[in-house]
Amino acid sequence: MAHHDHAHADHAHDDHEHHGPEKGIMRWIKTTNHKDLGTLYLFLSFTMFFIGGLMSLVIRAELWMPGLQFVDPEFFNQMTTMHALVMIFGGVMPGWVGLANWMVPMMIGCSDLALPRINNWGFWILPFAFALLLSTLFMAGGAPAGGWTMYPPLVMQTGDAFPFLIFAVHLMGVSSITGAINVAVTILNMRAPGMSLLKMPLFVWTWLITAYLLIAVMPVLAGAVTMLLTDKYFGTSFFAASGGGDPVMFQHIFWFFGHPEVYILILPAFGIVSTIIPTFARKALFGYDSMVYAVASIAFLSFIVWAHHMFTVGMPLAGELFFMFATMLIAVPTGVKVFNWIATMWKGSMTFETPMLFAIAFVFLFSIGGFSGLMLAITPVDFQYHDTYFVVAHFHYVLVPGAVFAILAGVYYWIPKWTGRMYNESWGKIHFWLSAVFINLTFFPQHFAGLAGMQRRVPDYAVQFVDWNIWSSIGAFGFFVAQFIFIFNMLACCYGWFGRKQGLPDRIWEGAHGLEWTVPSPAPYHTFEDPPQIGAGEVTAVHDEFDALDHHKLS
Amino acid sequence: MKMGWLARLAAGTTLALAAVSAGAYTESSGGYNLPTGVTDLSQEVFDLHMLIFWVCVAIGVVVFGVMFWSILHHRKSKGHKPADFHESTLVEILWTSAPFIILIGMAIPAAGTLIKMEDTRGADMTVKVTGYQWKWQYDYLGENVSYYSTLSAESNKARQLGSGIDPNTVPNYLVDVDNPLVLPVGKKVRFLVTSADVIHAWWVPEIAVKKDAIPGYVNETWAKINTPGTYRGVCAELCGRDHGFMPIVVKAVTEAEYKEWLAKQKGGAAAPAPAAAAPAVVEVAAAPAATATDAKPDAAAIEVAAAPAAAAPAAAKDLSKDELMKKGQEVYTANCSACHQATGAGMAPTFPSLIGSPVIKGPAAGHVKQTLAGKNVMPPFKHLSDLDIAAVVTYERNSWGNSGGLVQPSAVAAARK
Repeated sequence: MAHHDHAHADHAHDDHEHHGPEKGIMRWIKTTNHKDLGTLYLFLSFTMFFIGGLMSLVIRAELWMPGLQFVDPEFFNQMTTMHALVMIFGGVMPGWVGLANWMVPMMIGCSDLALPRINNWGFWILPFAFALLLSTLFMAGGAPAGGWTMYPPLVMQTGDAFPFLIFAVHLMGVSSITGAINVAVTILNMRAPGMSLLKMPLFVWTWLITAYLLIAVMPVLAGAVTMLLTDKYFGTSFFAASGGGDPVMFQHIFWFFGHPEVYILILPAFGIVSTIIPTFARKALFGYDSMVYAVASIAFLSFIVWAHHMFTVGMPLAGELFFMFATMLIAVPTGVKVFNWIATMWKGSMTFETPMLFAIAFVFLFSIGGFSGLMLAITPVDFQYHDTYFVVAHFHYVLVPGAVFAILAGVYYWIPKWTGRMYNESWGKIHFWLSAVFINLTFFPQHFAGLAGMQRRVPDYAVQFVDWNIWSSIGAFGFFVAQFIFIFNMLACCYGWFGRKQGLPDRIWEGAHGLEWTVPSPAPYHTFEDPPQIGAGEVTAVHDEFDALDHHKLS
Repeated sequence: MKMGWLARLAAGTTLALAAVSAGAYTESSGGYNLPTGVTDLSQEVFDLHMLIFWVCVAIGVVVFGVMFWSILHHRKSKGHKPADFHESTLVEILWTSAPFIILIGMAIPAAGTLIKMEDTRGADMTVKVTGYQWKWQYDYLGENVSYYSTLSAESNKARQLGSGIDPNTVPNYLVDVDNPLVLPVGKKVRFLVTSADVIHAWWVPEIAVKKDAIPGYVNETWAKINTPGTYRGVCAELCGRDHGFMPIVVKAVTEAEYKEWLAKQKGGAAAPAPAAAAPAVVEVAAAPAATATDAKPDAAAIEVAAAPAAAAPAAAKDLSKDELMKKGQEVYTANCSACHQATGAGMAPTFPSLIGSPVIKGPAAGHVKQTLAGKNVMPPFKHLSDLDIAAVVTYERNSWGNSGGLVQPSAVAAARK
């Protein structure tokens, strides 16, 4: 994805050949090209996955056996805190923005995002944000250790790292908001003629809704951490009980951000899976409209369920009942999505290339995370699950074989389009099977440890939990190592290693539909500078009532 | 060989599960599931958990069954041609409403249990639970009995980084305390849960109680224990460095035994020889730091509210430097080393070094005062006996290159006034 051998690209719309990329490092610093920025975002994302992954290995190494073998408990807490911040804000979110950068303009048939300079700024904030955050590891008192949730009063015990944490979160928020505004404005204003909202690819739909979630909640997070900052340095008492403040209020504000945030991490995954499954089932997505409505419903519900993260803070009964019922409701639209995916596979003509394998694993394993989520919604039982490894297992199931598998699926699916070189399918499959086995080995045993009484965020545990933790640690190390197969496979596409040649057709996958498959492979530096004519076969949404847009018959 | 691996895997898993269940600190959990517990509500919670679990399993079997059937049969390699359907309003309505109905079926019993759990009326007695970094305090309201509960000395020793002690050799590693919470069975006990510093969560799985301990808040919850026994739990909310090392032990006894125990605690206040209270502690704690020779109030770590009065008899006599240093090291390891480290070097900037620190170089009175009252992150240690405070202050003033004088318990007693 790094090189676009542009000069030799042969494509229809490229009458702006002289607008090719600059040479050297300045290309990447100054670029306003959505493809370049998508590439930068993805490289940042995978770098952060690597760093966050190393932190998880410190955690899993210490938890390999009971007793403290390697690290001080304070450093352990720094690792859990930083692992979460790096993975969420550095891994998954930039991963989605990277994919949106690359794909949204190509899917809706426009030449670039609406605000290209903002796009450049939004990306280049991030290296500074993470430099601030990661520099705290080398400070007196170490990195933040109060959990990524930053609950006061504990977070107030952070040493010199405290303002760095707050400003890093501010910068990540600014970056996310610029990205979200850019995507939303682009989708609403720059669709090619004929690309009405209810014909957009699902990835575009899910990103549009994600963008609104980001715009709605990132300022809330910024406000919450700013209040922490003034509590610490300017004598306010928003959250300090001793000054008349309320530590629980922080949790309400944080989770009002935090619950939509978890859907920010997962909704684009729904879009990717809804794109990949029809391609490899060679069958139109089942229930397009209901998929859109389901995503919108999930997004709406995400604003009224936040307090299920804090059932044990001592809410009034009525509050607990409301948040229990509202949370349970999320199962309905989520179920609809899973049923639609399976109905799409049903009576299809399936093949199982690597993107499809990851997409199917997503449906299966995300659903397992969904089931444990439903269990967690039941307040009286949540009192037992809360803050145990059962919760750790739950959210890692929705985030790793959920969001991360979908990012991997998306990269496998589109990298031939980006680079013009096919990845190695055998290594892709090996990567998939190793990932699928090890991720389950990592996180499935954690359900049992949590149910039997192992609490979260501890560096040491009662000896009864040793077996679960050994399996979990083996899985984590295995999963980490397996990802290098992916990295090399993808870099080989970018740089043409192992003699990989360009020369793929426009429509790389037999069953693929969408405007991105109408441009050459690799995609030229500038695409759709003139709005395309949308062929009937490129429309994701298939409606019986729209006879004019006769849906694709693939057999 | 060919048939062996699956059988071996099954046997291995069974063995592993059996091994796990043997050492489970939540005994009724089997080591891999929620405990059924020892209250009516813990049983209800368990039943709800299993109900929802099986509902999820049933849905999973059907949904994934369809998916895998499709994956096996509807594949191009088998020559399957794609069908042409892509929407059905009827089907969408069906699979929207069916989950909705199932959810209502779950919500009704869940709400019923929740309403019972939140009904703290009509309690027979009340215990106030206060979280500290990193220990618990129990106040028997109206009984004038109050004491602290910390990780047992054995576990504490073994859990230090590079201790060289195999946790498997420590009984109830990390889930044992010096002074358990003693409760009567068959009584509705109301817990008032709060915190003195950061947020903690008081969790005992087998009585299905988990409640956040939040500074500025007093949360209410309750339990009525059916079966005498020892029930262990942990702090569930991240509360700093030693979050993993502030367990909870509830000892449920018959009402008669409870009354006897309570009388002993109260007796400690009046009796001139508080050591009389010690056996009660020794009896319930697995590894009390106190030894038989410690004929002084801290052996009765279960203190009464009027602690200084109890401390008075021991405070009367002066101790030698060796005695103070030996005792001081014990107290330091149990109470101070988590932050200030065994080396006294602390962990800058949150936990200052004690080596040559201004407080230690300064007058002993200030040192004693800060130990009693705390400062910033440092909690007050006024619950320790005069002797403990004197010993630990002496220890700190004469270790790691520091050289100060001795501090006697009488000086601490005077400082409390």
